[in-house]
Amino acid sequence: MATQIAVTGAVLAARGLDKSFGSLVVASGIDFELPQGARYALIGPNGAGKTTLINLMTGMLRPDRGQIFLGGEAVTALGPAARVKRGLVRTFQINALFPHLSALEAVALAVCERQGHGGIWWRRLPDYRAAVEEAHAILASLHLADDCYRLTHELAYGQQRLLEIALALATKPKVLLLDEPAAGVPRDESGALFGVISGLSRDITVLFIEHDMDVVFRFASRILVMVGGRILVEGSPDQISADPRVREVYLGQKRHG
Amino acid sequence: MASAAAPHAYLQQQARWHWVEIVFWLSTLLPFVLFPQYLQLASQIAITALFALSLDLILGYAGVVSLGHAAFFGLGAYTAGILSKFYWGEPLSLLVAGALVAGLVGYATSWIIAYFRHLALIMITLGLGLLLYEAANSASWLTGGADGLQGVRIRPLLDYFNFDLYGRTAYTYSLIVLFLAFLVTRRIIHSPFGLSLRGIRENPVRMPAIGAPSRAHIRKIYTIAAVMAGIAGALIAETTETVSLETLSFQRSADVLVILILGGAGRLYGGIVGAIIYMVARDQFSGVNPQFWYFWIGLLLVAVVMFLPNGILGGLARFTESWRRRSR
Repeated sequence: MATQIAVTGAVLAARGLDKSFGSLVVASGIDFELPQGARYALIGPNGAGKTTLINLMTGMLRPDRGQIFLGGEAVTALGPAARVKRGLVRTFQINALFPHLSALEAVALAVCERQGHGGIWWRRLPDYRAAVEEAHAILASLHLADDCYRLTHELAYGQQRLLEIALALATKPKVLLLDEPAAGVPRDESGALFGVISGLSRDITVLFIEHDMDVVFRFASRILVMVGGRILVEGSPDQISADPRVREVYLGQKRHG
Repeated sequence: MASAAAPHAYLQQQARWHWVEIVFWLSTLLPFVLFPQYLQLASQIAITALFALSLDLILGYAGVVSLGHAAFFGLGAYTAGILSKFYWGEPLSLLVAGALVAGLVGYATSWIIAYFRHLALIMITLGLGLLLYEAANSASWLTGGADGLQGVRIRPLLDYFNFDLYGRTAYTYSLIVLFLAFLVTRRIIHSPFGLSLRGIRENPVRMPAIGAPSRAHIRKIYTIAAVMAGIAGALIAETTETVSLETLSFQRSADVLVILILGGAGRLYGGIVGAIIYMVARDQFSGVNPQFWYFWIGLLLVAVVMFLPNGILGGLARFTESWRRRSR
């Protein structure tokens, strides 16, 4: 139901989101709220509609019905860039980087765009010393400072996943939606990656999609379970692991990846 | 180690003038001494280089492909030519007029351009180019149609320097305008805006996800490129004192693309180097065999694209890089 409900306390909220591609229903009656500073995991079997939900929240897809609220403001009609400006930022499951920009340039680009310098053509980039130094500091916080002058496509895969997060951080997000941040990263390295994510400032509310249950139970304060375009259940890690429905549809199955 | 440098100092160093650049610009003065009989050709090269530079801004930096860039070149040329025929012939103000008209049309069409990419973009720019060509062809009362615009009268530059037969004034004038446009281009590509353009070229899908207004950026650079192409067109009208339909033709759009690809797109000097090679080759080959000179250009193009996919400058950069590594 596309009703206008006042949202209190939640940084990000969805109300009755529906989305279909023809006869294929990819989201149906999605309702959820992310409280300030939360660390939410979004789990569910392949094809459950997790990435679709992120696409809906960030404006890359338009819902057929329903509303999205960011800090109490309805953003359903806004495009992706406008939502980023308001603090709703995502990363991508498959690296969506700038292959021939250096890591420093890529993050400086995001910082400059956030500060509104993106259209300035008569001053040189190094003249924006604060922006460049901020970009460098973000890279340093993700252990990328030593390789920041290398081109993105020359970086190791794990570093590229970190750069993906660095780009999102450069936009100063209030809410960060991470679509499988550790996708393709060897298992022993994904712990370190999530260490970085859980170390992010509590001003940033995080929702991440992840298949590795050990990681999910270690780093999520709450878990949303999606099945077939619906939210099946929401709860604490203990509640989720004890829930018989979740065991049936998800945990009972073989793990992915 | 590069990583030891402070980040802004590193970027500053990246934007600094390289000695090769200074040598290059000094050597553009050589024709005055070495080939004084070829200054007309040198002037044409400078104008073509300016035109290619303007295409590089959209194609090489923002990744916006165009097969109709001659539209702006022709607009600049006809604006300058027609105004000089009916109103006044002061060259600098005609340059501004050509830039203005091309820029206005560029801005208007940029609203369409910004919504498309790849093949659709090629077709749209091609279509807009053909549209303008036929419009100029049918408005023969104004443009002279297929016979070209006759009666272009240009006053001496600064009311002092006549456009002489040898092209001394023409080359000096074209070279100065090219250099000024180059300085602007250089500033653009080292600016935050230039970085955003490269971001659009590298990954247009990612740009909105970092909050970047890609379409506004594309509209802006397309307009700037149109202004620059318009200036190049006005220059050709002024230095040759005639305007033909060819300035608007598909051939000219294709040629400038070939020039840029030959030299190396997205490399600042690619258009200039490409223009020099292309124009000199055309002059030499057409001297040997006027009907078939495109045969050699075709051969050159295929060879460059096969063996130097990033153009001549890209190949040179790769060569010096590997040479530097070996000598370390």
